[in-house]
Amino acid sequence: MAVEKFPVEASHIMMFARSVGDDNQIYYDDEYAKTTEPGTVIAPPTFAQSSAQFDPDYFLRPKIGEPWFGSGGQPTGITRSASGGGGGGGGGLHAEQHFEYHRHVKPGDVLTASVGPGKTWEKEGKRSGKLVFSETVTEYRDQNGELVITARGVGVRTERPVDQ
Amino acid sequence: MALKADDLNVGDTYSECLVEDLKRTQIVQYAGASGDYNPLHTDEIFTVEVAKYPSVFAHGMLTMGMTGGMLTNYVGDGRLTKYGVRFTSQVWPGDTLNSTATVESLQDGLVNLVVETTNQHGVKVLSGYAQARID
Repeated sequence: MAVEKFPVEASHIMMFARSVGDDNQIYYDDEYAKTTEPGTVIAPPTFAQSSAQFDPDYFLRPKIGEPWFGSGGQPTGITRSASGGGGGGGGGLHAEQHFEYHRHVKPGDVLTASVGPGKTWEKEGKRSGKLVFSETVTEYRDQNGELVITARGVGVRTERPVDQ
Repeated sequence: MALKADDLNVGDTYSECLVEDLKRTQIVQYAGASGDYNPLHTDEIFTVEVAKYPSVFAHGMLTMGMTGGMLTNYVGDGRLTKYGVRFTSQVWPGDTLNSTATVESLQDGLVNLVVETTNQHGVKVLSGYAQARID
């Protein structure tokens, strides 16, 4: 996802840490954070993923005035052609995620994210039919243009829902 | 509290229980914080009736995030240099997850870890690696 401006904020870090059940006070308390090795609040390791909040086109967020495929009065708000069951219109599943940390981001950083080309490949799956994998490589840079995180994600579209 | 090379041996392990009886509300919380509002994670009606899964299920990134907490508790704040995973099975409401980091190798101020998270049935839901700076 390409993002022009991802301001890293303390309250967002706090909410993110809560959501992953991480009670490490470095994510909540700037006074405590001063006593830690980084000496400041930092973001948890997978926080960069929440750059989705700052991607104007992110398709897994309801947008004002646009149809949304989740349920309302009906099980889905959008009628789609039956193309690939597994994603259920949800854009497939997340297969892999990799992060390389050049430094750990902190409140006050303003990041950009640029997406480079990635590979695509196919595989026959036992539990969900044909699998189509696609990779994206995202570079997060700070306000000085320095590379802070390199992220590589792999998504998969399944032919049908994964057998349970 | 960083790890010290002198105290580490290949094969050492560190484990934590990440969550017991995962609640749908925590998945909603993660959707809100991360910005990933895919209804597959929060909208039971859509997920069962349209997507044809037995129920909503956790974002892979929620499992990776919870596992990341185990890792930073082990290696210390701001010490990770790499962290990557494959999502090998879905995580459902009600699941209890345990996660383990195992020392795979030590080199020049770095430790390489094998990371694995399993559910209450012993099924691996996440498998990956991490690298951290050590003293």
